[in-house]
Amino acid sequence: MISLGIDIGSRFIKAIWIENGEIVKLKKTETSYEPLKKCEEIINELKTEKIVATGYGRHLLGFNGDITTITEIKAFAIGCKALIQDCRTIIDIGGQDTKVINIDEEGNVKKFEMNDKCAAGTGRFLEIMAQALGFSLEEFGEIKVNLNDSINISSMCTVFAESEVISMIAKGIPRENIVLAIHKAIAKRIVSMLRKINITESIAFAGGCASNFLLKTLIESEISKKLVTHQLSALAGALGAAIYAEKN
Amino acid sequence: MTKDYTQLWESLGLNLGKHEGLLTVLSDAYKNIYLSQKNRPEGMKYFDFVISEVHGLRIEELYEAKKNKRKVIGTFCVYVPEELILAVDGVFVGLCAGAEVGFEEAEEYVPRNTCALIKAFMGFKLAGLCPYAEMTDLIVGETTCDGKKKAYEIFNDITKKMYVMEIPNMKNESDRILWLNEVEKFKIKLENLTVKKITLDNLKKAVNIVNEKRKALKRLSKLRAYDPVPISGLDALLVNQISFYDDPIRFTQKVNELCDELEERVKRGEGVFPKGKTRILIAGSPFAIPNWKLHAIIENSGAVVVGEESCVGSRNYRELTDEKFSTVEEGIQKIASRYLTIDCACFTPNSERIDNIKNLKKALNADGVIHYSLQFCTPYMMESFKIDKLVDFPFMRIETDYSMEDFGQLKTRIEAFLETLQ
Repeated sequence: MISLGIDIGSRFIKAIWIENGEIVKLKKTETSYEPLKKCEEIINELKTEKIVATGYGRHLLGFNGDITTITEIKAFAIGCKALIQDCRTIIDIGGQDTKVINIDEEGNVKKFEMNDKCAAGTGRFLEIMAQALGFSLEEFGEIKVNLNDSINISSMCTVFAESEVISMIAKGIPRENIVLAIHKAIAKRIVSMLRKINITESIAFAGGCASNFLLKTLIESEISKKLVTHQLSALAGALGAAIYAEKN
Repeated sequence: MTKDYTQLWESLGLNLGKHEGLLTVLSDAYKNIYLSQKNRPEGMKYFDFVISEVHGLRIEELYEAKKNKRKVIGTFCVYVPEELILAVDGVFVGLCAGAEVGFEEAEEYVPRNTCALIKAFMGFKLAGLCPYAEMTDLIVGETTCDGKKKAYEIFNDITKKMYVMEIPNMKNESDRILWLNEVEKFKIKLENLTVKKITLDNLKKAVNIVNEKRKALKRLSKLRAYDPVPISGLDALLVNQISFYDDPIRFTQKVNELCDELEERVKRGEGVFPKGKTRILIAGSPFAIPNWKLHAIIENSGAVVVGEESCVGSRNYRELTDEKFSTVEEGIQKIASRYLTIDCACFTPNSERIDNIKNLKKALNADGVIHYSLQFCTPYMMESFKIDKLVDFPFMRIETDYSMEDFGQLKTRIEAFLETLQ
């Protein structure tokens, strides 16, 4: 019996098919302006017994037939627990939401925090800033910077921060320094969210931004703890949904 | 609406085009949010009617009352003693403050980062969309928060109708004296405005009318403790919202009729939702009509709201006024001390509020508490952090306003909170 977990995020749709707990197939595609069509294509790729949808667009599928939905908070809890067994804290930085989650030994959500209503401190923010500085999102977190550089950006609003960045460029500040300032601002925001829940020993870093090395380093130095990532970190939500589908 | 009120609205100076637009939006929202609910009690039909006529028949009633030399007094806060208004045969109405209306106009007078409730009451008036404000002879404000205090100064420049009561920030002996003086001053203000004396007889009657209204609302609240719950949170919220607009005697009667029906439902073991639904108590800022956002999201996510620890909710009806008094002065004292039991977040310290939340959660058999603060409502926002650390039950903080832009995030957060409760 094959189960599909499908995570419809604001930027990407991630899908994982599992059979008896083993991953059979995975897929990541841009959400685009026709997410439902994309989802239908994904669903038709493989004959599946059970489907669970999660992510920002989960109700798109929930409204269309017998597809169960769970929130990405629950999905990341299950998915991260499967990838990183001993994790009790999860940081998930997605396209338009940032979440920090505490889970128990069984992977149940104990406490969580999530950004309110703007894109401040989310993946989308990084993407816009990368664009403003002429980097691709992939390069953005790999740029060599001097961690001791002291410039900061003060605004976390995507719109204002972009104009702040533009004025820094106009002042002739090297773009590597601006890159650091942007990442520091996000790291600070994540850490303040983390302080509202419990920062446990083992911390999983998941979601689309988990591959951003600079962000990871900055958060680690701020809380003096290591963040654990996994090659499937960005797909942890889809994996969690698939595991949930198989078990229920 | 049963008839055409255009002439009435025009005579009040409303912006007819915009007002028409507002009523259309409201009526659509009401259909989607309210009339689409299943298993609603028959008794809600009256409240549906009141809403459909909220800018119609009720305004006409106020018009009639004014013709009979009665005064219409507008308020924004549960601290304004309704008893005194009724004792001088005045009409007590809450003013429009619950929708994102006239914000552009309001932002000419107040900063952008002002709470939605303040921006809305300014906006409704400035955009010419609140027939109640136009009907009033006096608008009573109160010094509950900095935003309101300063906004009332501006509102007075615009309306020339403001009267502001000073609410103390603490509840010490000196504060009690200050508040008693404020209530006495308000009594004189009302007597001068209406040219009517407050007598022992009319004060006793007024206290009784308001107490009966509060008792009916308490009765409704108690019925929400049952599982299955006989009424949706949305419907119960609506009844609470209408308590600020309707004629108090008729309202009390209709709430009691609704409660009779709900009691029958409870006896038969019937509910508006199946037994075993996840039960939520909401605590925090007021829900001015037509702010139904949070209830709608929660009840569309598979849970039921069983109570509101809010000014539009338990803060409005929890305590009654002691009816045993034999002079007007004594009556005024009883009224003043009743109002000081209100645990508004503008007080410091305000530890009784935490106990009230705990007790209400227990009494209503709620599984968890969602603390709701209007964005930029500092007193409630600050208290929510404190309460979070002091309670041992599932608790989630939400800050939001009247706009729909955070709908997706709120839905995710609320669903995730509900998942932790199942």
